[in-house]
Amino acid sequence: MQAAYETNEKIKSANETEGPSPAFDVNRIREDFPILKREVHGRPLVYLDNAATSQKPQVVIDAINHYYCADNSNVHRGVHYLSQLATQEYEGARNKIRKFINAADTHEIIYTSGTTGGINLVAASYGRKFIKEGDEIIISAMEHHANIVPWQLLCEQTGAVLRVIPMNDDGELLMDEYEKMLCPRTKFVAVAYVSNALGTINPVRRIIELAHSVDAPVLIDGAQSAPHLKVDVRELDCDFYAFSGHKICGPTGIGVLYGKAELLNVMPPYQGGGDMIATVTFEKTTYNTLPWKLEAGTPNIEGVIGMGVAIDYLEGIGLDRIAAYEHELLEYATEVIGSIKGVKLIGTAREKASVLSFTVDHVHPHDVGTILDGEGIAVRAGHHCAQPVMQRFNVPATARASFAFYNTKEEIDALAGAIHRVIEVFQ
Amino acid sequence: MADLNELYQQVILDHNKKPRNFKPLEHPTVTQVGHNPLCGDQLTLYLELDGDVVKDVGFQGSGCAISKASASMMTTAVKGKTKEEVEVLFDEFHRMVKGELDPETEANHLGRLKIFAGVREFPARVKCASLSWHTVHAAMQGASQPISTE
Repeated sequence: MQAAYETNEKIKSANETEGPSPAFDVNRIREDFPILKREVHGRPLVYLDNAATSQKPQVVIDAINHYYCADNSNVHRGVHYLSQLATQEYEGARNKIRKFINAADTHEIIYTSGTTGGINLVAASYGRKFIKEGDEIIISAMEHHANIVPWQLLCEQTGAVLRVIPMNDDGELLMDEYEKMLCPRTKFVAVAYVSNALGTINPVRRIIELAHSVDAPVLIDGAQSAPHLKVDVRELDCDFYAFSGHKICGPTGIGVLYGKAELLNVMPPYQGGGDMIATVTFEKTTYNTLPWKLEAGTPNIEGVIGMGVAIDYLEGIGLDRIAAYEHELLEYATEVIGSIKGVKLIGTAREKASVLSFTVDHVHPHDVGTILDGEGIAVRAGHHCAQPVMQRFNVPATARASFAFYNTKEEIDALAGAIHRVIEVFQ
Repeated sequence: MADLNELYQQVILDHNKKPRNFKPLEHPTVTQVGHNPLCGDQLTLYLELDGDVVKDVGFQGSGCAISKASASMMTTAVKGKTKEEVEVLFDEFHRMVKGELDPETEANHLGRLKIFAGVREFPARVKCASLSWHTVHAAMQGASQPISTE
């Protein structure tokens, strides 16, 4: 558990040296995001649904626009100038991503349609080749459906068995139960770094260490960690790491799968088509090298370029500073919202990021969400693609506020006020 | 916000707090489960039929205020009605919440159910309001599988 607290210790010391974020000019940053100026139902937009998707800075929007105005061409396929330009931008972004997560080689960066696409790729390609009947795949009780269903499908196809690490009432994984599960039949572990429903930051270094002690590779679902924590895949020593562009201020429809080269090299192609081949005859087809072996067809070029610019933008601010500021917001929100009579927080782990899930006594989350919406406040109400989490906490759904580095304490105050109004309406 | 007040007006809040016929029946003729997978609203509807007429009705379940209030008012509305009359109400209610029927200007049998007209301004909540009606419609059709609003 010690290593798990490292990140938050770094955040706390960054806070101490920089003070209560005077260096973090959130109002200046908000000006970079055009959508934050808009109104909803005649009220200023208070966007607290960042776990669902993040907003985009003007530079990302401009980059995509510019690409289509000036540089658009298909990549890898042409000798003409525009195609070379597009290819340069597209492949250049790959190195940006490599640096963003400190991977060893750009060959280990696979473009996908998103976190879900990346996990499905691993389950289909690595899974169907290496997972056999009777093998065990371990996931956790707090996973998003994207890190449950692909493994269920794989188990159906291969006869492997799914095991689930349980959690306590605070939403923390029971690590001793996990240790007990590990055995010679364990052939894969897939766990979220940060839970989208509960906000829990899982002790992934320890999870990976233990999995490796039984030679099981580990996939980390990074959808909710990539926006909020500085991640070093070599330091974590994860075997696969999947995340989405649209959650890190990039466009939708694009994501990244990081995989260790020695694993990606032995994985069969996932989808067949152009770009992933070397030579094709009707008798035999040979495949391209990494990363392109696992990227078939014309890719989401605008998505890659947008995501690259988003990463530049985030690195320009600094992930550590972002994490420190967001940590302040979450602490403030936990205090302010958590102390409202009638509000129950769901997900109270000691180590959390960004997410505040809650219920209001006698009021269904759907009704909470609708009334909040009436005040211009966007939260998510439902099961957050984590139905097993809802079942574990015995609630049909929760309302979830999720923060980003462009949210403010004033917005949290507005949320608190609106929750009071909800309670009034339903008295 | 005017529209929200229309959605969460007193009658609806009252039916949510004290839903009518919120009980199982001891000897139902038909039991039908309805489910709104998007948000987790779910109910079990119990109907006692005397030939073609709804003699008694009860429901259990959990869900948002709109779904519960709608179920409560639905059970009040269908008690004593024939299958045919229930079908007419289902059709009219469903069209009203989708904004396809204006209860103020077009002929209808909705009576007090008109207060759900405001739901048409909230497309995300249409399924909440119509869940119980889909359920009673399925029950009348003799469906045995649980129905879903998907």
